[in-house]
Amino acid sequence: MKLKLHIWRQTSPRSKGDFQAYDLDGVSPHMSFLDMLDLLNEQILEEGGEPVAFEHDCREGICGSCGMVINGIAHGPEKLITACQLHMRTFKDGDEIWIEPWRAAAFPVIKDLVVERASFDRIIQAGGYISVRSGSAQDANAIPIPKADADRAFDAAACIGCGACVAACPNASAMLFTAAKAAHLSYLPQGQTERLQRAADMVTAHDEEGFGNCTNHGACQEVCPKGISVDYIGRLNRDVLKATLSGVEVTTR
Amino acid sequence: MELDAKIPDGPIAEKWTRHQFEMKLVNPCNKRKYKVIVVGTGLAGGAAAATMGELGYDVHCFTYHDSPRRAHSISAQGGINAAKNYQGDGDSIFRLFYDTVKGGDFRSREANVYRLAELSVNIIDQAVAQGVPFAREYGGLLDNRSFGGAQVSRTFYARGQTGQQLLLGCYQALERQIHLGTVQMYNRHEMLDVILIDGRARGIVTRHLLTGEIEAHMADAVVLGTGGYSNVFFLSTNAKACNVTSIWRAAKKGAGFANPCFTQIHPTCIPQSGEYQSKLTLMSESLRNDGRIWVPTKPGDERPANDIPESDRDYYLERLYPSFGNLSPRDISSRRAKEMVDAGQGVGPLKNGVYLDFRDAIQRLGKDKVSERYGNLFQMYEKITGEDPYSVPMRIFPAPHYTMGGLWVDYNLMTNIPGLFAIGEANFSDHGANRLGASALMQGLADGYFIMPLTLGNYLVDAPSGGVDPDHPAARDAIRECVAIQERLLSTGGKRSVDSFHMELGRIVWDHCGMARNESGLKEALKRIPELREEFWRDVKVPGSGADLNQSLEKAGRVADFMEFAEIMCWDALTRDESCGAHYREEHVTEEGEAKRDDENFLHGAVWEFKGVGEEPVRHEEPLTFEHVPLSQRSYK
Repeated sequence: MKLKLHIWRQTSPRSKGDFQAYDLDGVSPHMSFLDMLDLLNEQILEEGGEPVAFEHDCREGICGSCGMVINGIAHGPEKLITACQLHMRTFKDGDEIWIEPWRAAAFPVIKDLVVERASFDRIIQAGGYISVRSGSAQDANAIPIPKADADRAFDAAACIGCGACVAACPNASAMLFTAAKAAHLSYLPQGQTERLQRAADMVTAHDEEGFGNCTNHGACQEVCPKGISVDYIGRLNRDVLKATLSGVEVTTR
Repeated sequence: MELDAKIPDGPIAEKWTRHQFEMKLVNPCNKRKYKVIVVGTGLAGGAAAATMGELGYDVHCFTYHDSPRRAHSISAQGGINAAKNYQGDGDSIFRLFYDTVKGGDFRSREANVYRLAELSVNIIDQAVAQGVPFAREYGGLLDNRSFGGAQVSRTFYARGQTGQQLLLGCYQALERQIHLGTVQMYNRHEMLDVILIDGRARGIVTRHLLTGEIEAHMADAVVLGTGGYSNVFFLSTNAKACNVTSIWRAAKKGAGFANPCFTQIHPTCIPQSGEYQSKLTLMSESLRNDGRIWVPTKPGDERPANDIPESDRDYYLERLYPSFGNLSPRDISSRRAKEMVDAGQGVGPLKNGVYLDFRDAIQRLGKDKVSERYGNLFQMYEKITGEDPYSVPMRIFPAPHYTMGGLWVDYNLMTNIPGLFAIGEANFSDHGANRLGASALMQGLADGYFIMPLTLGNYLVDAPSGGVDPDHPAARDAIRECVAIQERLLSTGGKRSVDSFHMELGRIVWDHCGMARNESGLKEALKRIPELREEFWRDVKVPGSGADLNQSLEKAGRVADFMEFAEIMCWDALTRDESCGAHYREEHVTEEGEAKRDDENFLHGAVWEFKGVGEEPVRHEEPLTFEHVPLSQRSYK
């Protein structure tokens, strides 16, 4: 296949970026999208240019490193996969493909397609955990958990922290990410003690990082490679409300 | 090189308890005065950093990723073993210990393995308390499955994402400590060297991957949890960034490197589809529970799979191993598949795979049942290959997956360099010559949560602490060396890309030090690797500068280290003149074609001392004794 690629090139966080066009020949339909970018980078290198920077690692859809907007859609046109799982058979000879980074104030562009997502870590730091010390746990089977609850917790815990939800949201909100972690822990008995405090702290951190608010567009759910449901956002909002009504104070950071 | 394993006295079941009592403690108020560096945030590094933070040490944790959650432990699929005996099927700590020693083909240390089995039960408790959503039964209790040829059901799992869920548990514990201020996190920092002062590990050199700044960080102890080196093969199931740099640079500073030739090849991966391919994808081994493996009897059979009649199919694992059949251990299944492909019976466009066929399972169980068990894997396969495994057989082939070798450590998980610890896949301690399925997660977490944070105190009490700053001459020298390597890479002005060198190196190592090895092949590799390394330094092309994000430069540094490391791997494979576990020397094979050990001459760990690039390394031995698991030949007939 022969493709025309338009790729966002930006040399540094403060520089002005723009799209650059590349012709790429010899693309096999069996290639993954990132194999295709590898091929392009070899070609750029050959011509004396600097390869396109993009993040990737496991290349099997679980580490959450890769993420780019492909023809206007986070992770590309196929549902329930990350960019690394997208294969070139989805495209056809002669196609034009537009590739750009996640765009959100809380995800500043570092270079080309690479953005900084440390804001996600800080949301987790605010309360995305159960406070338990190594070596102090009781026997694992001492807390039976109904299978349905365990499965729901798992569905929420499947989030890979890639940031596609933020990229797709017109408000650049990270509520799906935040709500998924809160839901994972709030479906489990172990997570009850800190439940309201966690909700209040995580949402406060979310807002402080500059993510927008959720206005129920649902674009996040559409692009989420793990199919995480927007219902969790409602669940988190209820917990935040409960926290407010119960007088839970946000932990000062 | 002094190799004292420091195994505590006493009966095997009491060694760890006794050792915990006998180790010296650091007063809780004094812990914050000790600064500890942890490199890597996978299950081992992340767990160690979080736990040491909880204990009160001043922890500084480094990763080259943008977040600690990206570490490659996240990709583990199948599960984690623990001797909980929740199924009441006769499991015990002793049985898990026994299976692990035997599975490792008698090339691991009994005392370490026993401790691992003992701690396995605490890991499950710890993970559940953190909220790790393991699979459960309808009654609400934890579910288990049997895995990797074990005769009991002791594997805990979280769908096909066990590694992800355990790592997130560990990551959250780490983020909690970062929030509390006990751990300082350094994302996007790659470790380039370890700094020794008076023979002790006192710091590391890192490169900030965004600014290019190369700087020294000093500490009272350094912990490496930086994973394995399967990417020496270029194509492996490892994530792209996985590399040998931190443990190799430690080896160059005098740390012994143990059993580098013990590398595990996983039997069920999707075959390579073309030269452009950058990595291989693992398909969970659980598929072998219902899929039947076969190749056409006639070499070069061009017919589509479904047109090949039963009489022209060779279900070779069922034929050769009637009792274990398609569930034969990883090393055996992998080697037989390679033989079939080598004999021209391979399938697929590149003739580089064997079939894993679900036709009979679908007939027996129905499509719905098969889909319920393996639906997500079938979907993943279809996404990658464009073929529907419900109607045509899957194609699979073995791929490099896990490395049992690593830095030599004593019972305290400390290398022979005082103050330098190695944990998880980065050390050599527990798996011998072959790792059993679902044991990697167990070892990483046992090392990280429960062992290393305790043995650290025992070291620190008698060690010098504080008093060195990043201006120390040793730190300045180490920085200068790292800068020089980087400048050399950037100024070579060659023509070939880093990837093309990595691919060529991988090919040499795969051909001669892969699934099957022999003397002449290994000698050939030892001749070609230095030639390729010389060409690399003459002709590699690294664009850009060292002053900002430069992924080509990062890769070049890692490949440069693989170029040196590959040699020691081949030396180890050449001098271990026996077959054992995953190390298969074609000269040493039983009549049935299995690995034939030589316990008389090789009942030891081989520990390599670096002597200079291109110089022959020196081989040391740590003798092994087996008091509880009698030496025997594995048989899966």
